[in-house]
Amino acid sequence: MKDVHEIRLTVNGRPHELAVEARRTLADMLRHDLGYTGTHLGCEHGICGACTVLLDGAPVRACLVFGVQADGAEVRTVEGLADGEQLSDLQQAFSDHHALQCGFCTPGFLMLAEAYLAENAGSTLGEDEARELVAANLCRCTGYQGIVEALLATARARQRP
Amino acid sequence: MSAPAAGFDGRWVGAAVPRKEDRRMLLGRGRFTGDLIRPGMLHAAFVRSPHAHALVGTIDGTAARQVPGVAGLFTAAGLGHPYLLAMLERDEFVPTPMPILAGGRARFVGEPVAMVVADDAYLAEDAAELVEVGWDPLPVAASMEAATAAGAGEHKGAPRLHDHGNCLVDLLMFDDDRLPQIFAAAKTCVNATFRSARVAALPLEGRACLADWDDRDDQLVVHVSTQVPHQVRSGIAQALDLPERAIRVIAPDVGGGFGLKCVVGREEVAVAAAALRLRRPVRWAEDRQENLTAAFHGHEQRYQVKAAFDEQGRILGLDAEIDCDTGAYSVFPFTCAVEPLMAATELPGVYKVPAYRARGRAIATNKAPAAPYRGVSRPQIVLVMERLMEKAAAALRLDPLQVRRINLIGREEFPYTGVNKITYDEGSYRESLDLAEKQVSEQGWPAERDRFREQGRRAGIGYACFSERTAYGTPTMSQRRMRMTPGYDTALVRMDPTGEVIVTTGTCGHGQGHETTFAQIVADRLGIHPDQVKLRQGDTDLASYGWGTWGSRSVVVGGGAAGRAADIVASQLRQVAGSLLEASPADIELAGGMARVRGDDAAAIPIPELARVVHFQAHRLAEDLRYALEARATFDPPGTFSNACHAAMVVIDPGTCAIRLHRYLVVEDCGVVINPAVVDGQVRGGVTQGVAAALLERLCFDADGQPSSATLMDYLAPTATEICAVDVVHLQTPSRYSETGAKGMGEGGTIGAPAAVLNAINDALSDMGVRFDHIPVLPHELAAVL
Repeated sequence: MKDVHEIRLTVNGRPHELAVEARRTLADMLRHDLGYTGTHLGCEHGICGACTVLLDGAPVRACLVFGVQADGAEVRTVEGLADGEQLSDLQQAFSDHHALQCGFCTPGFLMLAEAYLAENAGSTLGEDEARELVAANLCRCTGYQGIVEALLATARARQRP
Repeated sequence: MSAPAAGFDGRWVGAAVPRKEDRRMLLGRGRFTGDLIRPGMLHAAFVRSPHAHALVGTIDGTAARQVPGVAGLFTAAGLGHPYLLAMLERDEFVPTPMPILAGGRARFVGEPVAMVVADDAYLAEDAAELVEVGWDPLPVAASMEAATAAGAGEHKGAPRLHDHGNCLVDLLMFDDDRLPQIFAAAKTCVNATFRSARVAALPLEGRACLADWDDRDDQLVVHVSTQVPHQVRSGIAQALDLPERAIRVIAPDVGGGFGLKCVVGREEVAVAAAALRLRRPVRWAEDRQENLTAAFHGHEQRYQVKAAFDEQGRILGLDAEIDCDTGAYSVFPFTCAVEPLMAATELPGVYKVPAYRARGRAIATNKAPAAPYRGVSRPQIVLVMERLMEKAAAALRLDPLQVRRINLIGREEFPYTGVNKITYDEGSYRESLDLAEKQVSEQGWPAERDRFREQGRRAGIGYACFSERTAYGTPTMSQRRMRMTPGYDTALVRMDPTGEVIVTTGTCGHGQGHETTFAQIVADRLGIHPDQVKLRQGDTDLASYGWGTWGSRSVVVGGGAAGRAADIVASQLRQVAGSLLEASPADIELAGGMARVRGDDAAAIPIPELARVVHFQAHRLAEDLRYALEARATFDPPGTFSNACHAAMVVIDPGTCAIRLHRYLVVEDCGVVINPAVVDGQVRGGVTQGVAAALLERLCFDADGQPSSATLMDYLAPTATEICAVDVVHLQTPSRYSETGAKGMGEGGTIGAPAAVLNAINDALSDMGVRFDHIPVLPHELAAVL
């Protein structure tokens, strides 16, 4: 028999109630049960970070978290970054700095950067530190330079009063 | 509408136009194959061989079939033993049909022998684990050495993968009977063996497909994460004996390919077969373990080389025995000859080699098949030539850059036809080296290297000069004698009644920004804004037969076809405008969204108005100008060479022997740059893959063919801290063989980086007797000699 649990959570502010199998990952639940397909799976063993989402504000690998663990939580995904059709400053910076090519890993980098910027609002970000942060995830297309530059530019812009 | 980029001079080609692709990706609204959902969709999971070589006995699916939610179990016999057959029309070629599911024999760990389809992916995997296969293991040839181990006769001591033995291609491509004398008389000869490890292309999105039978269109609709939709269609049609029109292959957004997805996967055919039989949608998404073990690999090669030089460092003769580990089967449609043919044909590269002999072999081993991963043999041949230049310089006590200069094809020598019968179009081979050396000096690399050395840290600088043959059309590709000879592409350009344009192409971008660059090319020719040009790609029902995106071909071939078709539509617009303005079409200028009579500012019509009249008031026009603004055009170029010089600086940690990339410079010449941001991005991404091949990545197997790098904890892909900022400088030598003057450049970064990094490592060891001639160079290997 399937071990099914009823859970409640919000995703990007929208409440959801659903029955989910205990073994189902948060990533699969978000993508296939709730339709948030912006979160991508690149390795399903916690290395590549493409599936990074924010669970109660903290970045997690959605492939390493079970859906049931999100019961009662607030989840943020890439679909929640923009203000309607208006790209956020971080999203715009990614485009301005050519920080994406195929775009598959991009949602994970955006959520990673979003969490960092929220947590470290107002502090200065250096290039080495930015590279260390970006090194949490894998991108196979860009060589990372654009991602590092986009992160630095957003951090600088958010520091300005 | 996006504003013109800085420096806009009335032409979109050359401007850093923001990518049209970005927005949907940034919003999380990309549409990848794994994102697609269909009512009643089933999920496939494969039962794969745990043995590198084994006879497949009975397959018992009783328990699997009993799992609630399982809709089908397929084996080779159940599917009627379909296979993919890649053919080269050469006597020296041994065909190796690749079964869709292995029936009699499995030839590598991960080879699929059965497929389970079930209501969800978790269930399908559960059920696949319950399938019992009676395995009868066979002796394994896990390396080229094992596969060619000599017994009494040829390969008698080696386990045979195929009836004809393990050598699938053995071509003496070039020979020269003067070589023995040249070697005997030369001032110095360099003998060396070079190796590169088996690596994975590793797109972040693994392979994926979704097949669904459509009764209304009488057609199997197959969404595939692929670079080559038409070849997937041809492969499925040939394997399942269907007419091609009964299959529609759609590549939605594709999460990277790098060559892994320019061949047809057997899983894609198996899923198509299941959907056809069950008349239900079936989806499969590869996991990373499958990707690292059972998808396609590449670049595992060995070069045994002898080169003769005179006292000034001029190369006199070159002899190469080239062996490529091709894995268990030929890939469709390129065959296992793609690596040895490329290597043997192009080894001389940017250097003037007067006498040449090259033998290229493809050796079958009990590993996953090799596909044309980014660069295809050129990272290796560049590594060979650049190491030879360094070794010759060392032997002759000459400056290695001077040795390169004396051998490089000079500006005045183009078009240059080499000993390898290749004609190189104009490039900046010497200029790029000169500029790289100047930049390295001005940026203070040598002084910085000296400072590291004074601090007791090993540091080194390395260079690599190379060219990249791109955009091969059928005139060039036909020399390979593939049964399916690629090269041309066709574009349809159609203006709608509102003046907006749809461009349809058979190329299939997957991160290269084609939606943007093709729009730039077409916008210039029609005098409109790129935002008014929409590219449709990756759909075999929309596009004429085309060859997809690989081999740095798309902007040159597909973009060239789009440019040609747009020129015809521009001529139609001029005729319509001329008719309405009572002027000669030759006097009509298309620019800024307007058709104007040259020299008469008052006589102008907005282009959308022309489109409106053609479609809605056709009666106002002469018959040959009515009804449509559209054209189809094909481009089939001979190919064009871009070129570059790379420089790398590495620093070796004295404690851990970790090799850190400290600086990187690319001076590249891809002719006319369509979009500098896109070109820089391609270069930087390519360099990162090449650096990773030199320092990190290798797929490991034990003697039994068991892979030990099946996760991203074992297979080390580079992160942001393994790469440094890459400085890119452009030279522009336009190609006369392309419509736009652009040359392909998608692979150059990966081609040049391994040689530059390896030369930098050897420079860091210059005070020692040891030299490294293989990649990757790993810290434990350095520790053993330091």
